[in-house]
Amino acid sequence: MTFFRDVATSFTREMKPTLADPSWMAFGLVQPILYLAFFVPLLDVGGSTADALQWFVPGMIVMLTLFGTAMVGWSLTEELMSGVLERFLATPMSRPALIFGRSLKEMFPLALQALALILLAWPFGLQLHPIQMLFGLALLALFGAGVAALSYALAIAARHNTSLFYMVSQSVALPLMLLGGVLLPIENGPGWLYIASRFNPLTYLVEAERALFAGELFTTTVLWGVLIAAGTAVVGLSIGAKAIRKASL
Amino acid sequence: MIHARGLKRSFKTKEGVVEAVRGLDLDVAEGELVAFLGPNGAGKSTSVRMLTTLLPPTEGAASVAGHDVLREADAVRRRIGYVGQGAGAGGYNKLRDELLTQGAAQRMTGAAAARRADELIGMLELTGLERRTGMSLSGGQKRRVDIALGLMHSPSVLFLDEPSTGLDPHSRANLWEHIVKLRKSTGMTIFLTTHYLDEADQMAERVMIMDNGQVIANDTPERLKANLAGDRITIDADNAIVAAEIAANLPEAREVVRDGARVGVTVKGGEAVLPEFIRALDQRGARVLAANIRRPTLDDVFLGLTGRSLRETAT
Repeated sequence: MTFFRDVATSFTREMKPTLADPSWMAFGLVQPILYLAFFVPLLDVGGSTADALQWFVPGMIVMLTLFGTAMVGWSLTEELMSGVLERFLATPMSRPALIFGRSLKEMFPLALQALALILLAWPFGLQLHPIQMLFGLALLALFGAGVAALSYALAIAARHNTSLFYMVSQSVALPLMLLGGVLLPIENGPGWLYIASRFNPLTYLVEAERALFAGELFTTTVLWGVLIAAGTAVVGLSIGAKAIRKASL
Repeated sequence: MIHARGLKRSFKTKEGVVEAVRGLDLDVAEGELVAFLGPNGAGKSTSVRMLTTLLPPTEGAASVAGHDVLREADAVRRRIGYVGQGAGAGGYNKLRDELLTQGAAQRMTGAAAARRADELIGMLELTGLERRTGMSLSGGQKRRVDIALGLMHSPSVLFLDEPSTGLDPHSRANLWEHIVKLRKSTGMTIFLTTHYLDEADQMAERVMIMDNGQVIANDTPERLKANLAGDRITIDADNAIVAAEIAANLPEAREVVRDGARVGVTVKGGEAVLPEFIRALDQRGARVLAANIRRPTLDDVFLGLTGRSLRETAT
């Protein structure tokens, strides 16, 4: 019971400043909107802009999730350096709960941003499949919580060398995104690139999101996405919990 | 309240193993206000972090508020308040919210936490700042918030790691006032580290001087100064040679120096020795032109023990 209370305490603490100043959430939307405005018209995936949106928006919200959560460890780095985290570590609060609460909080801004993006693309011809799309957002939230927990674990591991945090998080997130076929259909590329993309878990999530946005629900493609999102959450949260348990700062 | 035996901690670095704390023995009774004084890198913070369960010792054992810091870490954490070196006040969270979060982390009920938060906001002169975020506060305000955070659950022991480092003299004095007041009103056991000599001297009932990972002196500031440094008497006399001779024969006289008409000598209990000195000079027909006693500081104590001045090493 106290564990869940601690998760709630940590979650609420992170949520309050976000709610008090939602402007940065809007700022996070700038990049995907620029892509929608200046990149989608270049796409040739089926002919019409509406088709291009239906294909591109799911990839874009996966990108939003990945980049939005891969960098959240930075906020923990700040708190590691300033002594805030240490203050909590000197209380009876559960250590994994500190990471769980934070990671779960990251679900909300990204789900809201993804929702905003869907609603923005709607007037331009994006077809809505509310149930599938909400399920898609839930998958993203799960995936995002896992990536956030990994990012926190990285922040703890790189606490004595903060530039390491940037180097690792950037050099992991960007290739994952490019190899996930977020921007262009990877099937059109050379064979080696396609094979490489099959080893990228993000590819399966992107494909599942595209299937959901096309109205699919009970298909193998979606199931793969569910497995990847749930797997990322489980692995990420376990590694995060382990990192903070061992941390003597 | 705090006991440690043979506490050691070493760190592996690129240059090899660094022994930060080399065998700390420590006993602090309930209600004491003890200061760890020493230069940066002496091992003060490492010691405090072991006592507050943040860092496991490499060797040795310690108990705080009746519980072992390793085996019963949670019980220790419930009974201690820890104010670390960094500003733990938080960046984006509002002051009162952060106090409530701290209360929740310490297993307080919401109502009890709210009551206590308001009480501490009043006590530490934070009224009007309740809705301000941590990063918008001044250095002195942040430090008072840090102390309020450490006090939320009314701990039996409060650990303060370098509470006034980085503050301007006015904020420092104000912070001390708060700590002393707190001590008087609650009788709480307080353990603080500092590299400020005057801070240890004015606030602590007992000072443990730490250098190079070891405690090299442990007593009240008065006794440390009297026993390890002594009072410096200087006398200007028309016959300095006679004065120096008398000075050398004073009880427990040390460091007799003659410089022109001036003679300096270090003794214990300068107020009693000075009249005796002057009488002796009178009897030998020497006339005293000026006399001065300089009370020692803890820096003199540190200098006497290590051959280094703490003022030079402190940053």
